[in-house]
Amino acid sequence: MSGNLEHLTEKQYQVMASSKEQKSKLWKDCMMAFLFGGLICIIAQTIKDFLLSSYFAENVYGFDEEGAAAITTMIMVFLGAFLTAINVYDNLGRIAGAGSAVPITGFANSIVSPAMEFRSEGHILGVGAQMFIVAGPVLVYGTSSAVLVGLLYFLLK
Amino acid sequence: MGLLVKYLLVFIIGGVLCAIAQVLLDKTKLTSARILVIYVVSGVFLSAVGIYSKLVAIGGCGATIPLLGFGHALCQGVFKAVDELGFRGIFTGGLGAVATGIVMAVVFGLIASFVSKPKSKIQ
Repeated sequence: MSGNLEHLTEKQYQVMASSKEQKSKLWKDCMMAFLFGGLICIIAQTIKDFLLSSYFAENVYGFDEEGAAAITTMIMVFLGAFLTAINVYDNLGRIAGAGSAVPITGFANSIVSPAMEFRSEGHILGVGAQMFIVAGPVLVYGTSSAVLVGLLYFLLK
Repeated sequence: MGLLVKYLLVFIIGGVLCAIAQVLLDKTKLTSARILVIYVVSGVFLSAVGIYSKLVAIGGCGATIPLLGFGHALCQGVFKAVDELGFRGIFTGGLGAVATGIVMAVVFGLIASFVSKPKSKIQ
């Protein structure tokens, strides 16, 4: 009887411990996603503000807001692709979780990473097709919903 | 608005948008691809009703760099193209606005597939 009770409390303890562990895991994952996601956005903002600065305008090229945003996107995509190519970004993803997947650098990673991985399956159905394994759905539903709101905008205008 | 406050807002808004995705990832059975689709579609609709532009005004790159901002760019691109081209703009505006990012990622992906090999990932 007492053995049975001990067994039960041990089991209860395990359940409690694992739920606590899960809670602290969620907390840790979220902190990491928050920190890395925020950091990537700070990097992008720094690049954009530098492109818009009077120093850059006087010495290199005077961008307008839209131009600076486009160049910032290009630089961020390049960084995401480059860090993927040197096998850094996927490992960063293990620590940062959604913090590295949600920013535009993660979008670049989602294209470049499978492109590298599926090289062994050929250039057409390997690299060419698998490149869009994650980006494809994003583009399909993103553009389709944009067409939907565009149509509504056109009709209601 | 001070520079420090501005950057703090960028950090917080960008961070929170990523943390929300992390909660969805940990707490629900949604796969990461599904969450990214939800993000981009939400971005389109939040942008269409005018909410996302306000977030961009506060958070700058903190709002434009996460995938919601990709949806925002799609939507604003379509709106702008409809203003300029009418009906045809519905189909040209979206991808036109985000073409830079997609094309660069595709080209870099192709180059990387030639020059780089994936290392076995650290467990």
